Amino acid sequence: MQKYSGFGLFKHALSHHENWQRVWRNPTPKKQYDVIIVGGGGHGLATAYYLAKEHGITNVAVLEKGYLGGGNTARNTTIVRSNYLWDEAAHLYEHAMKLWEGLSQDLNYNVMFSQRGVLNLGHTLQDMRDIERRVNANRLNGIDGEVLDAKQVQEIVPMMDCSENARFPVMGASWQPRGGVARHDAVAWGYARAADALGVDLIQQCEVVDFVMEDGAAVGVRTRQHGTIGAGRIGCVTAGNSGVMAKLAGFELPLESHPLQALVSEPIKPILDTVVMSNHVHGYVSQSDKGDLVIGAGIDGYLGYGQRGSYSTIEHTVQAIVEMFPVFSRVRMNRQWGGIVDTCPDACPIISATPVENLFFNCGWGTGGFKATPGSGNVFAATLAKGEAHPLAKPFSMFRFHDGSLIDEHGAAGVAH
Amino acid sequence: MFDIYCPHCQEHREEEEFHASGEAHIARPLDPDNCTDKEWAEYIYFRKNPRGIHHELWVHAAGCRKFFNITRDTQTYEIKETYKVGQQPTVTE
Repeated sequence: MQKYSGFGLFKHALSHHENWQRVWRNPTPKKQYDVIIVGGGGHGLATAYYLAKEHGITNVAVLEKGYLGGGNTARNTTIVRSNYLWDEAAHLYEHAMKLWEGLSQDLNYNVMFSQRGVLNLGHTLQDMRDIERRVNANRLNGIDGEVLDAKQVQEIVPMMDCSENARFPVMGASWQPRGGVARHDAVAWGYARAADALGVDLIQQCEVVDFVMEDGAAVGVRTRQHGTIGAGRIGCVTAGNSGVMAKLAGFELPLESHPLQALVSEPIKPILDTVVMSNHVHGYVSQSDKGDLVIGAGIDGYLGYGQRGSYSTIEHTVQAIVEMFPVFSRVRMNRQWGGIVDTCPDACPIISATPVENLFFNCGWGTGGFKATPGSGNVFAATLAKGEAHPLAKPFSMFRFHDGSLIDEHGAAGVAH
Repeated sequence: MFDIYCPHCQEHREEEEFHASGEAHIARPLDPDNCTDKEWAEYIYFRKNPRGIHHELWVHAAGCRKFFNITRDTQTYEIKETYKVGQQPTVTE
């Protein structure tokens, strides 16, 4: 793999940038792999990368029915934070945060991780009590966090309406300075390039239509384009489609897939240098390096796979943003889209063995998967390599719903789900 | 935007009047005292979540406030039928 560097950029400029190496190969699949990852999004590619890098397992294929990073990795609002209330979730997301902090160097690919801070606003007394509780829990877990009052919030975001005249006045916020945003596509591309360099086969346009079973164990997958491919272990990282994949394997998951929408405005001059999220009026916004405002909010209430959402939901989202930022009221919106998020009853992911031997699932990230991409891949790789759950992944078994040990992050993690 | 026919009001109304309440036809265990934890979990948490035909419970929240069922395609979002709770769907494939 050609290493990217300032010197390399200069060298290629001399030949008019016509001799750059392809970023990854486009191999034909082998008949048998040690590990097959189903799903070539951020989480799947990260899993493949850490399998090769940390566990020396390089006979790995990532099978993707579309193109790499074309699902929720391309559709999220790129926010990264780790201020979760409960220990299990906080440890997992903080593990991801620590990997984010060295990710560009690790991958030799600029993921444009920008720690510009994340504000979670409080608009009621109960909001503020919850925020104080959560920030204290964060700090006990070694995660940075501060409780701010309305005046301090106003200093960070001068053009937000923090007056008492607002319909839902801002009373304060939690502030995680290490939070921020990253370039979502670059995360998928960076992991893909680094995994490919370590020998992982990235197979695009390859849809898994069934699992091959032998005595209750999964021994391979049937694909639409490349026939049957054998595998020692299979990791399924298919986000919104996980319920469909589980059905192929013969079991149900505690998941429901919902459309989640986001939208961006036309590019405007720099106006917002942090991330603002509000649980109560329910909207979140940041500004990309390109200048567009990146806006998101809640899921559509019904089950759906259509990768589009309801007008009423998008209307509520924009109402919330204009409520907080009256100055944005005349900004024109450029594009709107939807992704399919697999939501768990406790709003926490599933990183788990399944009733089928050799088949593992990493799913249920719901509305908050992007921020966890490096950590999710890292612990899932360890789980696949050893055949048993990584210590950080253990609490996230799908069987927690049988024994009742749920991790209730609903609304507790700064944004309602 | 869905245009939903409420079988109680017997007229079409806009989606915003309604609220989706998840999968329909989930029967409460008949013998709750003898259910295992696994059976309870399946009743409470585990769902079909299909890509395709789905029978689901909706409530006409800003209308008659009654519950009813919808058969809907979760891929195309086409509503195949609506029917009252207690009735069985006619569209299953």
